[in-house]
Amino acid sequence: MSSADIYREIILDYYRNPRNYGKLDNPDVVVRDSNPLCGDEIEMHIKFEGGKVKDIRFNGKGCAISQASASMLTEIVMNKSIDEVRKISKEDILANLGLTNLGPARIKCALLSLKTFKMGLYSYLADKVNDATSIKEDADKLY
Amino acid sequence: MIDVDRIREDFPILKRRLKNGKGLVYFDNAATTQKPRQVIDAIYDYYMNYNSNIHRGVHQLAVEATEAYESSRRKAARFINAGEDEVIFTRNTTEAINLVAYAWARKSIQKGDGIIITELEHHSNIVPWQMVAKEKGARLDYIRVNLEHSYDGSLVLDDIHTLLRESNVRLVAVSHMSNVLGTIIPVKDIIKACKNYDNSIKVLVDGAQSTPHMPINVKDMQCDFFAFSAHKMLGPTGVGVLYGERGLLDTMDPFLTGGDMIREVHKYDTRWNDLPWRFEAGTPNIADVIGFGAAIDYLDSIGMNNVKAYEHELTKYMLSRLIEVKDIRVYGSMNADERGAVFSFTLADIHPHDLASILDEDGVAIRSGHHCAQPLMERLGVAATSRASLYIYNTKEEIDRFIESLNRARLIFRLGG
Repeated sequence: MSSADIYREIILDYYRNPRNYGKLDNPDVVVRDSNPLCGDEIEMHIKFEGGKVKDIRFNGKGCAISQASASMLTEIVMNKSIDEVRKISKEDILANLGLTNLGPARIKCALLSLKTFKMGLYSYLADKVNDATSIKEDADKLY
Repeated sequence: MIDVDRIREDFPILKRRLKNGKGLVYFDNAATTQKPRQVIDAIYDYYMNYNSNIHRGVHQLAVEATEAYESSRRKAARFINAGEDEVIFTRNTTEAINLVAYAWARKSIQKGDGIIITELEHHSNIVPWQMVAKEKGARLDYIRVNLEHSYDGSLVLDDIHTLLRESNVRLVAVSHMSNVLGTIIPVKDIIKACKNYDNSIKVLVDGAQSTPHMPINVKDMQCDFFAFSAHKMLGPTGVGVLYGERGLLDTMDPFLTGGDMIREVHKYDTRWNDLPWRFEAGTPNIADVIGFGAAIDYLDSIGMNNVKAYEHELTKYMLSRLIEVKDIRVYGSMNADERGAVFSFTLADIHPHDLASILDEDGVAIRSGHHCAQPLMERLGVAATSRASLYIYNTKEEIDRFIESLNRARLIFRLGG
């Protein structure tokens, strides 16, 4: 993908004006992950209620792709049921970002937030459901 | 002055086209340099014509391989004005520093003693000393980087005098040139200050970034240890050098033990080999040491004074072009006399990884991240920078292409004129 196709207005807008940036007061889950290769960091605060993602915030630092992707992800999962957000795939995220053809060097930047989110979801569900392992496997498959 | 067009002819890789048809501008030389045909040929020649293990062989191939291996040692020794028996081949600078940490520091540094390093060290000259300090209960102190007036990147040299008085300092380990800021450190002055204070203080100089770019004279510098890597000076990966002052090396036990580093082995007792082989256990990286010899020949044929002068020209030009770029912040001195051709910078709010991606698209290879110097990045207050680092085959035209690419990145990130 050319830079002009990657750094479209919408990506830069989410990078410079991230939605749902920050922290929650009483999150059910706080989860963070980083990409040791380039130092991208994402922390997510998630609140669940009635089988749904009630509220979510992220913070972190990193490249435009990782930060825009994290911000968009928070919008996607907000108010969605746990069943729905469990099914979000890396293809869904890349399609949503409009970055379906990222090279191997940058694809991890785009998927760091989904991995972080799924790890958070897993740790929340670990106590509550029997098939939490399958979610962990989902999360591991992302990279 | 050097004939850069002729030099470029010796580097086949500089002719390659990248995926999108762009020619390569290789500005990542502080990480590793490209290799001239002469180095590649020397390695090929060894494997094709006289591959053999070295030392103690009586057949012709063993004799030829031993001679080639030891001639690289003579070349490396001459290159830094050391004695042949003072040059130990290691895998890289990191291993050379670890050799000192294991074979010297762990025996010589006691509880409450002091180790002094600086804030601009590469992790390879920080972590080994953290380990020694923790194990021994010794102090680890840092000479600060000067950020008073600007990001000039020099050291607060007065710190040495203060720190020398604060503990029983046994070791000072300092970089000769910063791999982030390009600062050239006045190591000779630092060594003099330390030795004047207490002649038994040992000084290790990390020459990984300096040795490729300027004449080195360890005797004039009066350091006790000096470490550098072949692959940052046109040689292959997998070869480093530790220089150690002869009298000091002689007091040291081996780092690794086994074959080749022994004189006599009995069932329960062993006598060590002479210097420098005492510190080269096992079959070494013969092919690449031979390749390194060819790299030194290549640099010698140009002359290190000429290398330095040419890079000084490139540095002046680079600085003059960088300040033209809007919203750029350059870390390190803007005075070409105080620095080498390593340039760390940030451009507006473009993350260094995004910037490196955009430049890559134009065929310009730079590095981004923390450059294995996280304490320095913390001190500078940045998580990451972009870094362009130059060498003898780079040109002013390439600098122009680099600057053009930076300006394209500004456009892609919709930064106003």
